[in-house]
Amino acid sequence: MTTASASAGAVVERSGTATAYPRYLAGKLGGAAVSLFAVLVTSFFLFRIIPGDPVKAMTQGVPTSAEQLATLRRQFGLDLPLWQQFTDYCAKALTGDLGMSYQFRAPVGELVAQKLPATLLLTGVAVVIYSALGLWLGTRSAWRHGGLGDRLNTGIALTLWSVPSFWLGLLLIIVFSVGIGPVPGMFPTGGMESGDETGLAYVIDVAHHMVLPVLTLVAVGYAQTLLVMRASLLDEMGGDYLTTARAKGLRDDLVRRRHAVPNALLPTITMIFINLGHVAAGSILVETVFSWPGLGGLFYQALSVPDLPLVQGLFVVFAGAMILMNLLADLLYPLLDPRVGR
Amino acid sequence: MVTMAPHRSLRLLLASAIASGIAATSLTAGHPAQADEGDKAVLTVAVSQSVDSLSPFLAQRLVSTSIHRLTYEYLTNYDVKDARPIPGLATAWKASPDKLTWTYTIRTNSTWSDGKKATAEDAAWTFNKMMTDDNAATANGSYTANFEKVTAPDPRTLVIKLKKPQATMTALDVPIVPKHIWETVGDFSKFNNDKQFPIVGNGPFIITDYRVDQYVRLKPNKTFWRGAPKFDELVLRYYKDGDAAVAALRKGEVSFVPNLTPAQAASLKSAEDIKVNDAPGRRFYALATNPGARSKDGKKFGNGHPALLDPAVRKALFLAVDRKTIVDKVFQGHAVEGEGYIPPRFASYFWKPQGAQKLAHDPARAERMLDEAGYRKNSGGKRVGKDGRPLDFRILCHATDPNDKAVGKYLQEWWGKLGIGLKVECLDNVSDPWLKGDYDLAFDGWSVNPDPDYVLSIHTCAALPATPKDTGATDNFICDKRYDELYAKQAVEYDPAKRAQLVKQLQSRLYDTGYMNVMAYPNAVEAYRTDHIRSITTMPQAAGNLWGQDGYWSWWSAQPAASGDDQDSGSSAGLLIGAGSAAALLLAAGIAFAVRRRSTADDRE
Repeated sequence: MTTASASAGAVVERSGTATAYPRYLAGKLGGAAVSLFAVLVTSFFLFRIIPGDPVKAMTQGVPTSAEQLATLRRQFGLDLPLWQQFTDYCAKALTGDLGMSYQFRAPVGELVAQKLPATLLLTGVAVVIYSALGLWLGTRSAWRHGGLGDRLNTGIALTLWSVPSFWLGLLLIIVFSVGIGPVPGMFPTGGMESGDETGLAYVIDVAHHMVLPVLTLVAVGYAQTLLVMRASLLDEMGGDYLTTARAKGLRDDLVRRRHAVPNALLPTITMIFINLGHVAAGSILVETVFSWPGLGGLFYQALSVPDLPLVQGLFVVFAGAMILMNLLADLLYPLLDPRVGR
Repeated sequence: MVTMAPHRSLRLLLASAIASGIAATSLTAGHPAQADEGDKAVLTVAVSQSVDSLSPFLAQRLVSTSIHRLTYEYLTNYDVKDARPIPGLATAWKASPDKLTWTYTIRTNSTWSDGKKATAEDAAWTFNKMMTDDNAATANGSYTANFEKVTAPDPRTLVIKLKKPQATMTALDVPIVPKHIWETVGDFSKFNNDKQFPIVGNGPFIITDYRVDQYVRLKPNKTFWRGAPKFDELVLRYYKDGDAAVAALRKGEVSFVPNLTPAQAASLKSAEDIKVNDAPGRRFYALATNPGARSKDGKKFGNGHPALLDPAVRKALFLAVDRKTIVDKVFQGHAVEGEGYIPPRFASYFWKPQGAQKLAHDPARAERMLDEAGYRKNSGGKRVGKDGRPLDFRILCHATDPNDKAVGKYLQEWWGKLGIGLKVECLDNVSDPWLKGDYDLAFDGWSVNPDPDYVLSIHTCAALPATPKDTGATDNFICDKRYDELYAKQAVEYDPAKRAQLVKQLQSRLYDTGYMNVMAYPNAVEAYRTDHIRSITTMPQAAGNLWGQDGYWSWWSAQPAASGDDQDSGSSAGLLIGAGSAAALLLAAGIAFAVRRRSTADDRE
């Protein structure tokens, strides 16, 4: 009898989870769609607040007649009333057309597609490495907190975190690209490729160009993951279940890996996904110092005009990536922690 | 065992990824970064400005127009010594007695890189396209605005009929394109000419490849009529950060870097195999005062300070400016003290104020001038206007230009001593308040072309906006009848010497109106590697710049240095260190992994 009721309860509970997850999923998907729509609409108005006449800014210092200025305005659709520009933008955006960049005379979608792979490669690799490094070092620090290793670890991480990335990048260029004293110049000073390699040689060439920018991003970035992981693991360390695990005779290493870390992982996973959401936006400073042809630099160039279709388009792409990563994190939570989404 | 499997495989994956990354890196550590493979002589130029378009009909940025100068012929070129017009695609030109018809003789020895002859028909088609299609007039429409009709009666003759006389007919900076290629283009507002390589042209170089914000590659045009360039390849490589570009120059990854800061120039002065070229520039750096913004329909707008309409106040401000300090302290010697409107490198048009006309640095005279004009100091030591309010001005400054900020500080000090307050308003984008006339003073500057017509035209009444809502070509809302008369005279004067005299009179008039005051002519500071480039021609030849010339002289004339083996020693050391550290890291990772496996072996079983 007891067994029967217990198993019946289990069935009820399992079926409850089964109906809860689709509902949870639908809720999250709906939320993401609404956010994306809001981004699409606000991006149009947001960047029209930036002071500056795109046409005048683009022709600054260039011999331009009043007729040419008028032609440019007509080409860009800036001669139309704002409401008409907005409806045009919405109609196009719904078909996936983000408009033409003023300064590059090319479709925004094409420009983004040209530069997105470079950004994803650089920032993606960096985020993966610094998340792994942060997780590993954060776990070590928390497990032996207060010790010399912990203090050294957090000290170095915090110092590197406070270093301006462009300064560190320049320093790395001077030391490892140009070479200083006995250190020879080993890496290229900038760019993503030498330009005449193909096949495997091309892959190696790109990897060679990536080393210093990735190193810069990892150095200034890993502290974040380290500190969050360290803090959440410290929270778990007083838990009774760890004492139980130890009492069962498990080795310290296993207690940490199998019991403490999985429970401490949730806040860190959230942060890693937020960082992954930032991947698309790249890093303006590091991309600039290393002349990496990515979206970060493009966004800066777009803002300085302001090249309205391009800033709008990039804003939608960046926000879209963030929404997508948040959605993925939301969908992953119930798998990591069954209490979520019930 | 089952539970361990994903854990271990994940770690293995990570380890192998990192290890292979390091290994790949160290294997390539010795790869010479300089784009100098084998015996190929490559001239690499560091650039930072993105190409806006490779279509000559759309390109406006300096980097793009410089590329077009190298890849297309224009009707005329500029002499490397003194920038006077010399033959380009045209070998000779003649104006009709009524000044309304220009006949150009087109050279017979210029061929497009696909083998077809360049003819007058190509030139006529280029101009006609610009005259009939607004989109094709986007970049250079101002050159053809006054054209009535362009024809090519035979392959060697181009005839341009004008609506009214135009003195700039030997300075038409319009790339002539091959008709047989371009007549198939549909929408000129969207065609960027960057999909099919090599791009057909007839200049000294041919564009062979382009990757946005990475590089532009050009090869010499072996059939170029003036003779092929000496380098085997010219590469414009992107460095978005100036200090990184300087590092690349030191290393030898690039041969040339333009636009150096004073600090960068100083650090490179003592570097081995590097020559710093501190050349007279083509820019002027000026103070502009708001003369009361207005439009052609007579409406006034903006909020410029009324006291600045009084010539005595403007003169007093200019008298208090110490140009020598600005050149020495702000530009750190990399500039020349400003005088007239056009920089001294354009010798035939250069003019400077003499004797009593000159507003030399004289703060005492400035004080007297203000006293006499009735701007007395109040008890607080502040000058007070005729309305009883203290004289407090604003100056528009470009937030991106450190010179503006530094000069702003000096002006605050110098004008403060006169009893005049100054607020330095630094903005990323100054064009908004500028176009609305919402400023008192502004930092202003233009790059001057060998033909000064354009920089003179922006101070005419015709350049004012049609209505307050429009944007005109005006620089600073100046509208002066006497100036306009002189401008109109020079615009139709075909005799170079007479025109130069008129241009000098124009500058004198502009100086006297007192709304523009040139403080300095900044130098063009750039550097190149002498172990890459044996010789190169500056423009002007005696002392001039290399990047952004009006002709193609620098890159066309550059001679490669004897090929030296300057990279290999560092590279092989790099290879050794790279390979060594990778091996050490792999070994350490292997040991750690093995130790870990042994320590957890009991738990796994």
